[in-house]
Amino acid sequence: MDVPVIELSGVLKSFGPVDVLKGVDFKAYGGKVTALVGDNGAGKSTLIKGLSGVQPYDAGVVKFDGEVVHVHSPRQAGHLGIEVVYQDLALCENLDIVQNMFLGREEITELTLDEASMELQATKALQSLSVRTVKSVRQKVSSLSGGQRQTVAIARSVLRKAKLVILDEPTAALGVAQTEQVLNLVRRLADSGVAVVIISHNLGDVFKVCDYISVLYLGKMVASVKTSETTQADVVGYITGTKSMDGAAA
Amino acid sequence: MSDVKISSGHEGNVREQVTAYFQRIKNGEMGALPAVGALVVVGAMFSILSPFFLTKLNFANLFVQAAELTMLAVALVFVILLGEIDLSAGVTAGVAMAAFFLLMQGGTNWIVALIVAFVVGGAIGALIGFFVARIGVPSFVVTLGLFLGFQGLQLVMLGEGGIFRIDVPEIKAIMNDNLPTWGGWAFLALMLVLSAAVSLWDRARRARHDLSNRPIELLYAKLAVFAILGGVTVYLLNENRSQGVISISGVPIVIPIAVLILFIGTLVLDRTQFGRHLYAVGGNAEAARRAGIKVANIRITAFIICSMLAVVSGLFHVSRLGAVEATAGRQIVLNGVAAAVVGGVSLFGGRGRLVHAAIGAFVIVMIENGLGLLEFPAGVNLVVTGSVLILAATIDALSRKRGNGVRS
Repeated sequence: MDVPVIELSGVLKSFGPVDVLKGVDFKAYGGKVTALVGDNGAGKSTLIKGLSGVQPYDAGVVKFDGEVVHVHSPRQAGHLGIEVVYQDLALCENLDIVQNMFLGREEITELTLDEASMELQATKALQSLSVRTVKSVRQKVSSLSGGQRQTVAIARSVLRKAKLVILDEPTAALGVAQTEQVLNLVRRLADSGVAVVIISHNLGDVFKVCDYISVLYLGKMVASVKTSETTQADVVGYITGTKSMDGAAA
Repeated sequence: MSDVKISSGHEGNVREQVTAYFQRIKNGEMGALPAVGALVVVGAMFSILSPFFLTKLNFANLFVQAAELTMLAVALVFVILLGEIDLSAGVTAGVAMAAFFLLMQGGTNWIVALIVAFVVGGAIGALIGFFVARIGVPSFVVTLGLFLGFQGLQLVMLGEGGIFRIDVPEIKAIMNDNLPTWGGWAFLALMLVLSAAVSLWDRARRARHDLSNRPIELLYAKLAVFAILGGVTVYLLNENRSQGVISISGVPIVIPIAVLILFIGTLVLDRTQFGRHLYAVGGNAEAARRAGIKVANIRITAFIICSMLAVVSGLFHVSRLGAVEATAGRQIVLNGVAAAVVGGVSLFGGRGRLVHAAIGAFVIVMIENGLGLLEFPAGVNLVVTGSVLILAATIDALSRKRGNGVRS
C-alpha cells in the first residue's frame, strides 16, 4: 500500500475535563473514499475540526503525504490541500456558481475581476467531475437544488486543487435521485486521485461508495476495515459498541 | 477532459438571448423592470393630467429635484446591500456641511473646507462601521442614535433656527447653472464611449479565453437605446426653457457629476474584489467569513462610502439653497431608503444595483413633482409615496416567491 495522504496517530483532544478524542489513529488514501462513521458524540466533528485547523488537537502526530505537519488554522489547512465541505455548504445564494466557487480567491487582472478566466476554470472543474446537472455556470445558487448546491461545493474543492476533501453528511438533506448523483460525484472525485473522507450516518450510502470504513466509538477508533471485507451488521455493531475488532487494522 | 457541455448564458443568437431574458424575468429576476414600469406609468399619468408636467422647464426641474435624493439613495445602497441601514445618512451630511460652513466662516479656503467636510463624513462612517462590525451593535440602533444626536449637534454648531448663506459661486453652480450646449453633447458622447469600451473590454477578455460572447448586435442595440434616451434628454435640456426674457438652456451641471459617481460606483460593485465581497457578505456573511473574507473590514468600508456619498447629497442641497441650514437632512433619509426599495434593492441584503436606487428616486420625485403641479396638498403626496413603496415591496416579494418555486 502506498503512503496515505493523511495519517493521524495517537490524536488527543479534550474540552476541560471531557476527553473527546482518546488516542485516535486514522488514515485516508489518495484515490480512495474513506467513511468516518460513529454515533452522535463519538468525536467525528472534533476529529474533522482538528484536520481543518478550526480546533487544533492537543497531542498526536499528523502526517500529510508522509510528512509531519501542524495544522493550526483553516488557512494553513487550505495551503496543504485540505478542504472541508460542511453540511450547510456555505454558499452565497445571491451569487452565481462561478462567483461562489472563487469566493475569497477571486482572480484579478487589469485591476478588475477576471470573470472570463474564473468562468473557464469553474467550467473545467465541473466538467472534470462529469457534472451534467448544472445548466449554466452563471446560474444564481438560489435557483439550484440541494444536490446541485452540493455539487458546486464539491467542485469548489477541485478548483482549489485539494488533495484531501472531507465531506460532512453530503447526502443528509437529499432525495433519492440527488443522493445517487452526489455519490457518483464523490466516486469521480476519488478517481481523480483525491483522498475523500465522508462523514455519514447512512450506512447504505457508505457501503455503496466507500473503500474503507473507520468507526469512532466514544473517542476511540474501534474499527478500520475494508468495505469489501465487512457487513452492515458488523459496522452497526462497532458503532453501537456491541462488537469490537480483535486488534486488526485495514 | 470530458465532452460535457456547460453553458454560461452567453451562447445563442439574438432570438435565443431574448427568449432567455424573458425566461429570467418569468423566474422572478426582474431587476429594475417594475421601477422602470412605474416611472413610465407615473410619467404618462402626469403628462395627461397636467399641462405643465411635460414642459421643458419642468423636465429640467425633475433632474435637479431628483439629484439630492438620487445621491442619498445611491449612498444607502452600499449599506443596504449588506442588510444594514444608515438612518443617520442625512444628518451626517448636515453635520459635514455645518463643519464646512464654520470653517469657511473662520476664513478657510472653500476647497479645503469641502475636503474637511468629506473627511468628517468619512470619519462618521468609520465610527458607525466600528460600532456595527467590531462591537456588534445593530446598525439600526447605532444610526438611530446618531440620527437623534446629530440633529442636536447641527443645532449646537449652527445655533437654533440657523440658516447661513454660502457665497461660493462654484458650489451654487452645481444645482443652478448649466453646461454649454456642446458640453451636454460632449458628456453624452463620453458616456457612450465609456459604456461601449467597458463592454468591448469584457468581450475581448472572454474571447482571449475562447469563451462564447453574446451576439454583438445586442451591444449595438443597448448602445442605441442609451444614445436615443440620452440624446433626447440632452436635446430637450439644450432648448431654451425660460418663460422670461433671459434664455435658460443646457444640461444642469449636477447631472454629469451624479452620472459619473453612479458609473464609478457601479464599476466598483460589479468589477472589483471589494464589490464582490460586499455582495457576498450581504448574501451570506458566514459563507463569506469561511471563504476568508474580512467581513468586518467590508462592513466598515461600506459605511464610510455611504457617509461620504451622503455628504455629496448634502452638498447638492447646500448648492440648491445657496445656504447651510441647522435642520438639514432630517426628512430625506427615509425617502432615500424608500427610493432604494422602490427601485428593487432588497433590505435583506445582497440584491440590488445603484441604478435601481436612482430609478426609484426618480419615481418618488416625479410623484412629488406631479402632485405639486396638480395642486394637491402635501398630505396626498406622502400617502401616494407610501402606497407606491408598499406596492413595490409587494411586487418584489411576489416575484421572488414565484422565482423560488422554479427549482429543478
